[in-house]
Amino acid sequence: MRIAGFSRTMDTSMKNAPSHGALSPTSRTSGALSVPTKVIEPSHGWRMLDVKELWAYRELLSVLVRRDIKVRYKQSVLGVAWVILRPLASMAIFTLIFGMFARIPSDGYPYALFVFAGLLPWTYFSTAVLSSGGSLVASAGLVSKVYFPRLIIPVASVAGGLLDLLISMVFLLLAIPLFGGGWTANLLAVPVLVLGVVVTALGVGTLISALTVAYRDFGSVAGYALQIWMYATPVIYPVSLVPEKWQWVLKINPMAAQVEGFRSAFLGKPFDIEAIAVSLGISLALFVIGVAYFEKVERRFADII
Amino acid sequence: MPAISVHNLSKEYVIGGRSKPQETFREMLAEAIMSPYRRYRHLTGDVSKEERFFALQGVSFEVNPGEVVGIIGENGAGKSTLLKILSGITEPTAGRIEITGRTSSLLEVGTGFHSELTGRENIFLNGALLGMRKEEIRKKFDEIVAFSEVEKFIDTPVKHYSSGMYVRLAFAVAAHLEPEILIVDEVLAVGDARFQKKCLGRMDEIGKEGRTVLLVSHNMQVIQSLCRRAILLNDGKIEFDGGVVSAVTEYSRSFSEIVVERSWSETEESPGNESVRLQGVRVVPEIGWEGELLTVKMPFRMEFTYRLLISGTFFFVGVYFRSINGEIIFRSASAPLEEAPQGIYRSTCHVPGDLLNNGKYTVDLYFVRDGSTVLYKAENSLVFEVHDAEREPGSFLGELPGAVRPKLQWEMESVL
Repeated sequence: MRIAGFSRTMDTSMKNAPSHGALSPTSRTSGALSVPTKVIEPSHGWRMLDVKELWAYRELLSVLVRRDIKVRYKQSVLGVAWVILRPLASMAIFTLIFGMFARIPSDGYPYALFVFAGLLPWTYFSTAVLSSGGSLVASAGLVSKVYFPRLIIPVASVAGGLLDLLISMVFLLLAIPLFGGGWTANLLAVPVLVLGVVVTALGVGTLISALTVAYRDFGSVAGYALQIWMYATPVIYPVSLVPEKWQWVLKINPMAAQVEGFRSAFLGKPFDIEAIAVSLGISLALFVIGVAYFEKVERRFADII
Repeated sequence: MPAISVHNLSKEYVIGGRSKPQETFREMLAEAIMSPYRRYRHLTGDVSKEERFFALQGVSFEVNPGEVVGIIGENGAGKSTLLKILSGITEPTAGRIEITGRTSSLLEVGTGFHSELTGRENIFLNGALLGMRKEEIRKKFDEIVAFSEVEKFIDTPVKHYSSGMYVRLAFAVAAHLEPEILIVDEVLAVGDARFQKKCLGRMDEIGKEGRTVLLVSHNMQVIQSLCRRAILLNDGKIEFDGGVVSAVTEYSRSFSEIVVERSWSETEESPGNESVRLQGVRVVPEIGWEGELLTVKMPFRMEFTYRLLISGTFFFVGVYFRSINGEIIFRSASAPLEEAPQGIYRSTCHVPGDLLNNGKYTVDLYFVRDGSTVLYKAENSLVFEVHDAEREPGSFLGELPGAVRPKLQWEMESVL
């Protein structure tokens, strides 16, 4: 669908809207001169992402993100405490099984800290991918009843998890001194690393959400794929544990360098700049593929959802 | 310059993708292997002619600024598809539309309402979905709340609202949209009579304020009171475009096809969906013989036979009994079945004699699960006429007004 100048329509009407009450016929007529005409026609093939239109709908995005967050914690006794409890529980189990029983090395850091620093980006990533992957189907009612750029739906899901990530990062920061560690300047890289993970989650999440509309099977496939993906990512083990002939898996998996990056940032380990740069490139490519596919099939969502 | 100009608009849908029920293991196996391929063909549109249909075909019209235009037609005539395309929800297959002016569309009241959120939170959510700015909603917030009459519960989650309160709040948000062009789909048929009147009043105001309105409704009274022009759609084509009175007359005429009995065989494409499928509907007089003319005095029953394809709890069947111009005369529903396994069912509704006035009536049938989830709605599943009966000697012989003609008990005595 090509909707020319939609955002401008909204802006001009804002200017013309009186502070209260109805639009008077005169202001409507004079406004009409500046209101561009919206054209609706069938579209074909690939199309460009309409960034301007997305920007015009930014308020809807923030409303949807806040809705998701509110709904998530309403009616739960522990509320926001879940944000900490979930990774904490995983950390406890992994520390027990992999740290104490299996004695997986952790690059000389306390295993609990090591695994928690890895779990943060991974938990965020997998939750974001799963929730955005199913988000369009879950919003079928909206998609078939009201127009807005559909991309907002999976983007809102990915954005909704950021608060949780932030809270657990603060928790980790506070936990480091307890294990005798300290904060280093490496922490300054955290925003870039978070951005990398967000971009990866956006790419994979939008792709799955668009595929799930047509083929519901992708919903269940995504769950298994993410489990496998976690084992292909150094979350519970260090990169050094991976044999030389399998190192390529970590190279093409953007989450590998980014999870390692989180560890470097929080634990003060030196960064593998090259690996991170490559991973950011791959993330960006995933993002472009995901969004492009989404935009290509977006126009038939309402018909097949 | 027209506010809306629609040129040669068509929309083609691919049907099918659904297969016949499989009965043997072999068929099931074959189905499991074939279905991904069929789904793929379905999605890419690579299907034969029989599997396609045009929801709209070569539709052209123009609407001038300030016009209030009704869109009428039977179910499946393409009304909703037209509104969905105009709203940008779905794309046309061919043709072109030009819309000049800020547009809002209202295809449902309370789109996006979340039961866990409070009335206040839902106002902001719903407003944003309808394209209102946060500033705008904040400014009108008090007005919206006042219109909805739920002031006391505005900070209560809407799941605790009665359905009436829910609908009032939802409509209140919509009523405060201030677009230049408003596209509305049958949303006025909600709430109690008093609130409906308030909504109609609001719609009338909107029309008088010089905004352009496109309105779909099954209620011809609403259409006639709000619009001066109406477009009648039939099978995806414009059958009539002009004065509202003529359009409504045309519409009623197309409706005159009486359905007192209809049945479908298992293989036929009968009304229904993946949850429930109709097998037969009929109206039978309770006294006299089948096929006798139904009169106002005669009790009759309506029988609906259907196959329930899913099992349900608190399953029930209800009807909306409407006069020919769409006004609801009454609504009635069966007692719910606590457990309803899959299978073939028959629901019968007994209507007493001496209740209805003479005239033509249509019956919408709906199937509900879990006490409130509508599985399927069959509009105009029955269309029939109740004839006047021979009147008592000496009584009034003219046309009797009113939707019903109940026989009520009267006492007449001299008290002085």
